[in-house]
Amino acid sequence: MSVFDSRRGFLKSAGMLVVSFGVRGANAQSNAAAQGPGPYPDPDFHQLDSWIVIHENNTATFYVGKTDLGQGTGTGFRQLMSDELDIAFERTTCIMGSTDITVDQVGSGGSTAMERDSWPMRRVAAEARRVLLEMASGRLGVPVDQLTVSDAVITVKGDASKRVTYGELIAGKKFHVTLTGANVNAVTGQAKTKSVPELKYTGQSPQRDDIPGKVDGSLKWAVDVKLPGMVHARNVKPPFACAKLMGIDEASVKSLPGFIKVVSKGNYVAVVCEREEQAIRAARQLKTTWEKPSAAPFPASEDLFNYMRAATPTSPGRPTVSGDPDAAYAAAVKTIEAEYEVPFQGHTAFAGAHATADPSNGQMTVYSNDMKSYGMRRGVATFLGMPQDRVRVVWMQGPQGFGRTAAEDAGCEAAWIAREIGRPVRMQWMRDEETAWDTKSPAFLVKMRGGLDSEGRLVAYDYNARSCDFNHLGYNEPDTVLIAQLMGSRRARPAAGSAATPSDMYAIPNRKMTGEVVGLSSIWETPLRTGNLRDPNGPQSTFAAESFIDEAAAAAKSDPLEFRMKLIEAGTGDDDGFRRARSMAVLKAAAEAYGWDSRPSPRPVGKGNILTGRGIAYSFRGQSVVAEIAEVEVNRQTGHVWAKRLVCAHDCGLVVNPEGLRHTVECGTLHGLSRAIHEEVRFDTEKVTSLDWFSHPTLRHADVPERIDIVLVNGDPNPKRPDLPPYGAGEASLKPMMAAIGNAIHDATGVRIRRVPFRDDRVLAALKAAGV
Amino acid sequence: MSNVTLKVNGQTHTLDIEPATPLLYVLRNDLGLQGPRFGCGLGQCGACTVIINGAAVRSCITPTSSVKSEITTLEGLASNGKLHPLQQAWIDEQVPQCGFCQNGQILTAKVMLDKNPHPTDAQIRESMNATLCRCMSYGRVQAAIKRAAKVPA
Repeated sequence: MSVFDSRRGFLKSAGMLVVSFGVRGANAQSNAAAQGPGPYPDPDFHQLDSWIVIHENNTATFYVGKTDLGQGTGTGFRQLMSDELDIAFERTTCIMGSTDITVDQVGSGGSTAMERDSWPMRRVAAEARRVLLEMASGRLGVPVDQLTVSDAVITVKGDASKRVTYGELIAGKKFHVTLTGANVNAVTGQAKTKSVPELKYTGQSPQRDDIPGKVDGSLKWAVDVKLPGMVHARNVKPPFACAKLMGIDEASVKSLPGFIKVVSKGNYVAVVCEREEQAIRAARQLKTTWEKPSAAPFPASEDLFNYMRAATPTSPGRPTVSGDPDAAYAAAVKTIEAEYEVPFQGHTAFAGAHATADPSNGQMTVYSNDMKSYGMRRGVATFLGMPQDRVRVVWMQGPQGFGRTAAEDAGCEAAWIAREIGRPVRMQWMRDEETAWDTKSPAFLVKMRGGLDSEGRLVAYDYNARSCDFNHLGYNEPDTVLIAQLMGSRRARPAAGSAATPSDMYAIPNRKMTGEVVGLSSIWETPLRTGNLRDPNGPQSTFAAESFIDEAAAAAKSDPLEFRMKLIEAGTGDDDGFRRARSMAVLKAAAEAYGWDSRPSPRPVGKGNILTGRGIAYSFRGQSVVAEIAEVEVNRQTGHVWAKRLVCAHDCGLVVNPEGLRHTVECGTLHGLSRAIHEEVRFDTEKVTSLDWFSHPTLRHADVPERIDIVLVNGDPNPKRPDLPPYGAGEASLKPMMAAIGNAIHDATGVRIRRVPFRDDRVLAALKAAGV
Repeated sequence: MSNVTLKVNGQTHTLDIEPATPLLYVLRNDLGLQGPRFGCGLGQCGACTVIINGAAVRSCITPTSSVKSEITTLEGLASNGKLHPLQQAWIDEQVPQCGFCQNGQILTAKVMLDKNPHPTDAQIRESMNATLCRCMSYGRVQAAIKRAAKVPA
């Protein structure tokens, strides 16, 4: 029995199935079976039965339309739903993200798992509890208010001998309860969810159920799918951007062992072979000829920011103005200006894009780690011109997410090739292909200006960002996915892109903030494709804004923490989400954890080879707020920066799983560090030249700080907010890190470096230029 | 094509393959193992790591015909149904995020601990430095290694 059989079949034997996979839902999900005849209609989110199945042995399986990229969201959903259903956490499993068996909640992205998507889950679980109590009332012959429920067992108050289990009431049957709500996020029954103090599993730290299979080798990943008759495909990418395919010399590979076919349409080329290594070899060996575009598609990476300065915006900024900045600058005793640069940074997922597509039986099943599996399903169906109910995407684990697997490419490629040759196809991108052609986070150029009054207060502030983000890619759109671009089927109007403004609670009375987008000369069929990378604009905008606040503090000869605190304290009134109070709380918590001593930056430059300094930065991401402190050692001989200590004080509202949250925040903080000191896409005027782990480096073991303190500020005993809801936590910890490191380097050396990453050669050049 | 004999996790297999085939594809596609995975194909990241002769070997750049000794993969680490202390430490410390790299982290750590059962922090960093993780679980990997090093062998 496979979980991929029809839902009806699944329900019939669900009691048996749950025994077979216990709590290891992730593995049960991945036992690829031969494809049935379909079709695969959408599970109806208005049916309670689409979300929860109760089994004879009094266990429950939850079906949710999300994917868990290893940040423990699946465990969190189980905690919240177990609480609402009143069933022991250990008696539950969670099936996620496969389009034919779980409702469409989009999948993952935007740190919305707990903040938005856990709410319909909680409400349906509460509704299931309510319905089960009604059924028990009928069975036991007492009114509902005479019943009590504990761990899926309903008893009559005062007479524990009268009892019935959830399993006895509903196993093998359906709820047949229709829910209301205009969309999946609004889905609800009649029952109310519990208040925070009533939640029992929420706030505890059960271990993640995906981890054992990840350390003993038993987990079947999307890369592990094997199907009868499956063959292997590899792409042959254009050797430069905007290349036109002029010819394919099939004879160059025809005699290779295992060779099946060269498939091509427009500028898209792939080879198909029986075995994986044969496909790799054939793709390398295939002779193709390409014509260069008439003009260079983009500037070389060293000229990018000059290009961005001179470019005409594709989306002119609409300034947000408060107060009267012009008058404030006129009255200011000191004006400071600075410009910050963040290059394109790659996702550089740990393994290349991959998918396996099965075209049998007139259906198309794609086995994929796409974090937005529902988007991939729509994209594949439209791209192939198939009815959507003939296509399903089975979500399985893969190398991280962070946005690349939402703008995934291999799914459409595998599906197209599978249909071309009529056999199941496994596609995987190679390292150089992935690092060159994956989606990039947009490069940012931010001009800032500030005016200080005679008391050193920041009274005027300009933030003017340009992001190189025109034609920002969406989620498996059939007219922007790379195979569609290469085949020439592309949309008329590219996505506008965005250039975010910073998010803080500084009470600066006169502000002007603008975000403009610029585009490269060529925006199609180029490896410089922008897409969402984990808080898509956040690290860039915050690098500028929080470096600049430090520059203002230094100009005012103030301690950078106190300078920030005063700007926040200068605000008045309370606000939605207690943003002011929570800003102060995280800054204070970070400072306390670090042992911050009050003094202006920079410190007097030391005499030794190693210069030490500390820096702070803070930001909101949505309603989550983070303050980070970095202590760095800068080697003045080599320019090498080591973050010796990091502190992250983090408030994302209600904490569902403290240890899981700590894990996510710790790894996010280090991802921020990696982007601060290592990551940058390099290119000449026609192709990306950073192609592997040396040319697009990443954080390594030796870079890890000696000490990392994660302070979960949530649960602050402010009596005004005992029931703060959960906010997002997947991305916020990345946001201030670049600025915190840059501020720490300045504190240590007196040198302000306004360009990331802080690689050795860049830092050394800046130190030398400043005579340090 | 020719017959190649491999001993993997205690079992001997004779396979009719192209001898130059990188070991990774034979382990994964002919023997159905899932521990070693393709990350870079360049020997840079460690996702494909296996243990041969007490050394951590990058199977993506190792010709199958060059392997003369027994291969241990992640699947072969547990014995008598009991997880290796490193694997248990990985669970206790809740190390993985996505987990794709952890095959390389665990096997590289095993080789290190087999040679040096009580490494210093600096030795851990040095020995593990070429084994990459893009989720940045490094801090937890290092904590789990230290935890496992305390377990009596």
